[in-house]
Amino acid sequence: MLEIKDLSVSLEGRNGPVEILRNINLTLEDHLLYVFTGPNGGGKSTLAKAIMGIYPAAAGKILLNGQDITSLSITERACLGVGYAFQQPPRFKGLTVGKMLEIACGKNRTCEDCNYLYSVGLCPQDYIGREVDTSLSGGEVKRIEIATLLARDLKVAIYDEPEAGIDLWSFSRLIETFNNLHEQYDTTIILISHQERIINLADEIILVADGGIKEKGRKEEVWPLIMQDATCTCRGDCNERVG
Amino acid sequence: MLNNIDKHILEMIADIHGTPKGAYNIRKNGVGVDRSVTPNIEIRTKIDKPGIDIIVKPGTKGESVHIPVILTAEGLHDLVYNTFDIGAGADVTIIAGCGIHNPGDKNAQHDGVHNFIIRKGARMRYVEKHYGEGKGEGKRILNPRTIVEVEEDGYAEMELVQISGVDNTLRETEAFVHDNGHLYMVERMLTDGDQFAESRMTVELIGLDASTQIISRSVARDNSQQIFYPRVIGLNRCRGHVQCDSIIMQGAKVRSIPEISAQHADSQLVHEAAIGKIAGEQLIKLMTLGLSEKDAEDTILEGFLN
Repeated sequence: MLEIKDLSVSLEGRNGPVEILRNINLTLEDHLLYVFTGPNGGGKSTLAKAIMGIYPAAAGKILLNGQDITSLSITERACLGVGYAFQQPPRFKGLTVGKMLEIACGKNRTCEDCNYLYSVGLCPQDYIGREVDTSLSGGEVKRIEIATLLARDLKVAIYDEPEAGIDLWSFSRLIETFNNLHEQYDTTIILISHQERIINLADEIILVADGGIKEKGRKEEVWPLIMQDATCTCRGDCNERVG
Repeated sequence: MLNNIDKHILEMIADIHGTPKGAYNIRKNGVGVDRSVTPNIEIRTKIDKPGIDIIVKPGTKGESVHIPVILTAEGLHDLVYNTFDIGAGADVTIIAGCGIHNPGDKNAQHDGVHNFIIRKGARMRYVEKHYGEGKGEGKRILNPRTIVEVEEDGYAEMELVQISGVDNTLRETEAFVHDNGHLYMVERMLTDGDQFAESRMTVELIGLDASTQIISRSVARDNSQQIFYPRVIGLNRCRGHVQCDSIIMQGAKVRSIPEISAQHADSQLVHEAAIGKIAGEQLIKLMTLGLSEKDAEDTILEGFLN
């Protein structure tokens, strides 16, 4: 179980710290699949990165199965079973797909690299030896990124916009993979997405907007509220310039 | 007789454990200490100057030659001239390399002049590793000069590696590629401390459909300095690609000055060069997979150089 208590996150802006998340309170249960959705800039990725330890908490706590992990490093959280697949994964000259999966598996686990690649729609024999560099397309790198999380033994798995850049055929495979993960493991799965097919997978939807949690609940309850709020309230304001 | 230091150096530079298979020549502190030849690969001592001639008979397939050099004495300046004649249609691997263990405060230096002739239709893979160690204040200096002639339909793959511990190096490489010949050259270099490395490489694509690919990857750490001058000259219908990438860390300095020169309208030449530090996102990504920051950095550097 992942508990987030009164979490605030500030990031350095041009004129000093800017508060991106404030007073987030959230409890995420094992074996449930959550979708974080909401407008761009609302704080979804920041929240995910704060859970992973990439961004530090300015205030509040993050507990994993009762253990306070707020002050732990990224590595320490990873070793406890927190994983994060980047929205825009970095590329590595000289590191092969096989090596990335081997690192992801860790030293004490059998690396079923072919299965992980197959699960994201990549033919293992074509990719194992390839470098994760600019010779791969954005969609390929994205799928390899997801495969690195599949290779880990996770308690909390966060996928940041997993559908971005992925073709329709691979997308269907991905949906199937998330379904299988959800059915077979106790992992808390968090998908950050705006895609309805992804949202349909959710046990619960969490609407993150304006740096806070606006709604949380089952899709049938939350989705109508989200759609109701989806209209832009600032129409016409762009012309009202000061000075 | 090889002692433990010699054996360690041989492992580092040529991955030799025990007696190498096939033909070999081991040179230590300026003299040959062990040699073996095969019916297809002859090794002769030069008469007019220090060094050896390695002659591979035409059509020889799948054989290898090891020619490591070890320096374990301070104050020694070893100069050697080696000639490699790879017969027509042969396909061989040559493992070279030089390791210096400098125990004292005087410099130890090895200058190697290597001449390669890859005859018509022959294929050669050449791996050269340079390595230095030793606790003395004396510098470990390695200055290789390499001249390569790739004849018609020939293929040469050359991997020039400086692993670590070399204080000062000047690498000079010249290559001439003839009709439908191909030269693939990879240079990998790691410098740290106050080390200095300069690499000058010139490849002339002389023949019709001659081609080359030069890949240089380096890591400069601490206060070390590196300078690269890769140069490809197209003199016919040909293709050339130069790619130089460096990772720079701490107070190191790197200069990369690639040049492509087309002397023929059908020359297709490309160069790319990039210098930068390890991206923070790369470190974070590997840390999210459970590596410490130090292990993540080492993994990135190892992958980059390998």
